[in-house]
Amino acid sequence: MNLPAPLTLLRGGRLIDPASGIDEKKDLLLRDGHVAEVAAPGRVRLSPEDAARALTLDATGLVVAPGLIDIHVHLREPGQTHKETIATGTAAAAAGGFTAVAAMPNTTPTNDSPEITRWMQSPERNASVRVFPIGAATRALKGEQLNDFAALKAAGAVAVTDDGHPILRDNIMREVLIAATRHGLPVIQHAEDTRLTEGASMNAGPVAYRLGLRGMSPEAEYGLVERDIRLVAELERESKGARPHLHVAHTSTAQAVAAVHQARRNGLRVTCEVAPHHFLLTEQHVGCYNTHAKMNPPLRSEADRDAMIQGILDGMVDAIATDHAPHAAHEKEVEFERAPNGITGLETALGLCLQWLHGEWRLPLSRVLSLLSTQPAALLGFKGRGTLAVGSFADVVIFDPDAKWIWRAADSRSRSRNSPFDGWTMRGRVRYTLSEGRLVYSA
Amino acid sequence: MTVDRQSVRASRTVPNSLPASIPFAAMPQHPGSLLSVADLTLDQITHILARASALESEDPLARAHRLAKRRIALLFYESSTRTRTSFELAAKSLGADTTLVSSLSSSIEKGESLKDTGLTLRALGAQAIILRHPSSGAPWLLSQVTGLPILNAGDGLHEHPSQALLDLRTILACLRPGVASITADTLTGVTVTITGDILHSRVARSNMLLLPRLGARVQLCGPPALLPAIAAEIGPGIIIERDFDRALASSQIVMMLRIQAERLAGLQLDLDEYRRDFQLSAQRLAAYAPTAPVLHPGPVIRGLELTAEVADGAQSRILDQVRNGVAIRMALVERALDSSGVTQ
Repeated sequence: MNLPAPLTLLRGGRLIDPASGIDEKKDLLLRDGHVAEVAAPGRVRLSPEDAARALTLDATGLVVAPGLIDIHVHLREPGQTHKETIATGTAAAAAGGFTAVAAMPNTTPTNDSPEITRWMQSPERNASVRVFPIGAATRALKGEQLNDFAALKAAGAVAVTDDGHPILRDNIMREVLIAATRHGLPVIQHAEDTRLTEGASMNAGPVAYRLGLRGMSPEAEYGLVERDIRLVAELERESKGARPHLHVAHTSTAQAVAAVHQARRNGLRVTCEVAPHHFLLTEQHVGCYNTHAKMNPPLRSEADRDAMIQGILDGMVDAIATDHAPHAAHEKEVEFERAPNGITGLETALGLCLQWLHGEWRLPLSRVLSLLSTQPAALLGFKGRGTLAVGSFADVVIFDPDAKWIWRAADSRSRSRNSPFDGWTMRGRVRYTLSEGRLVYSA
Repeated sequence: MTVDRQSVRASRTVPNSLPASIPFAAMPQHPGSLLSVADLTLDQITHILARASALESEDPLARAHRLAKRRIALLFYESSTRTRTSFELAAKSLGADTTLVSSLSSSIEKGESLKDTGLTLRALGAQAIILRHPSSGAPWLLSQVTGLPILNAGDGLHEHPSQALLDLRTILACLRPGVASITADTLTGVTVTITGDILHSRVARSNMLLLPRLGARVQLCGPPALLPAIAAEIGPGIIIERDFDRALASSQIVMMLRIQAERLAGLQLDLDEYRRDFQLSAQRLAAYAPTAPVLHPGPVIRGLELTAEVADGAQSRILDQVRNGVAIRMALVERALDSSGVTQ
């Protein structure tokens, strides 16, 4: 994808740019991979030679918005290419309207080095959209020895995490927070006290008991969130000026969202994200041991699911992130307890958010787009993204906000098909996705 | 962050439109399958009980023509004496050919998946599979990938439906002799106390899901480590009584369970304390439940959950259960392969 970005004129669309508060009909000129001009309809003036070479996209009746940003995906490369590659994962991202994704480090080998971080961003990976690697916080995700955060950051890492191997030891988490803060990196924690969840494969409660499955208690999540917040608070008190940024990945319990909210009221820099499956599905969806309803954190109770919706509506949640976790069919077609955790999510996030958050629960469109773009960009410090202000990257999604369609996992651009939303009605059809000015998806 | 604080309203409640509008498909399964007791209607159970009695009393030579040369695979990923032999004898009594595949003498050891094992058995001509598996839910997977009738002979910590049916047959013989059809009132006024390792017991789960549907009250008894409070929440008609003597005193049926040492997973249990509080001894039985039949799904660990005296005593129905097992499983095997028995 090294072709130069064409000059592109987007005409007649409804521009929604939450960052600048714009929601009106505008034409948009994209030049050299950046937003060159935002003007009233018909008011972009092109020289005759530009007019001749410009690609013009008619966006009449469509929404033009900053490209979506998913700060939590698993692209599986290097090492697990039977599940996904950077090329297939980012193709799915483009189809879902995403123009940037932050890739988790649980690859094979683990992304704990600047070499792998750079390798993931190399043009040879054929990524359709921008990939921002997240570096492993500790060597091989073992929670023992810190990686070189300066080198990871210099290579392009945007945050550090040990992902599915949460950092349990207080002193290591402390060191990680200190070192990350020194280098201006957020620390992302998958909050699960794995000492309490051994052998568990779904949410603890009557449903798990009924199904004969060992359960993961909500405490295992919010207990670690509270521990991490305590560490952040201690560090803030001790240090002068430097402010650790703790980001809690895929919160799934009411208490975890409440803890993050309280921490922020106390002035701490603590943020959280929620995945669509956690605000739409509950433990009931495990049904007859459906492995497409198996993920970590697990689908929770109805009260927790409602708390995720409430947290989003009330502005307590900072971002929607999919935790896109592709797995091959044969890996999911096994006994529930043996199945790997995770589902795909890049192609369904916008459709689900528009159908439910906007359509059903009346969250304004600009708020939905902010949660999917502006806020996640700010959260991980993606400069010039999550907005369509002049000068920013020409990362754009253009979608029909009212089109209803049925999601078929078999049509996915991901290498994997493990979606629990197969057959669901989606709202909002992506027509075009442009990544730094290049048209990477059209339908 | 650019959160729009103006629109934040803390007291807003979530509209409740979601659960009803979310489709989640129950997996289709063969009508001859028995994966969970919850899948059976009371009429179907009546029919199974009737067929069990009819087959049990039928001339063995006539009976052996019913499923002559039909093929049934027993796929056992866990050791078993009673269930395996009982299913095997049941199938053979009806004339079927059976083959046993166990995890220790097959390609399962080499890493073959449950799906591939199931497809292989089907290709070999198996017309039904009887599955015992250490993972809860494994029968649903086998059912889905093979499309064959599957009989769940115990899955993980989940269910053991044929055991619940044979327990029901045993209970009915004791308390409701001659009852031909069961209804939601058949066991009204009956308290069945299940004592022991409820947490790890698929027998307990199946009985907890079955007996209250006939009007019985299921009373669970055991220490919190083996009986979490949540157990009473899986369905109606289930209560917890931690005091064994009190539980016995209100019981019409006493069902004892083995402590599943292999599933304790690090749980520390003081066995002396356990014996003191929960062992069914002859004295306890005489003092608090002198007429209640005593059931146990086996294997019995004499001297732990109950004493040898009780196991061999006049109130013990443990061997009746085993006999009832063959009859019930004949009915289930017939149902699996004979679609005419399914529609009832």
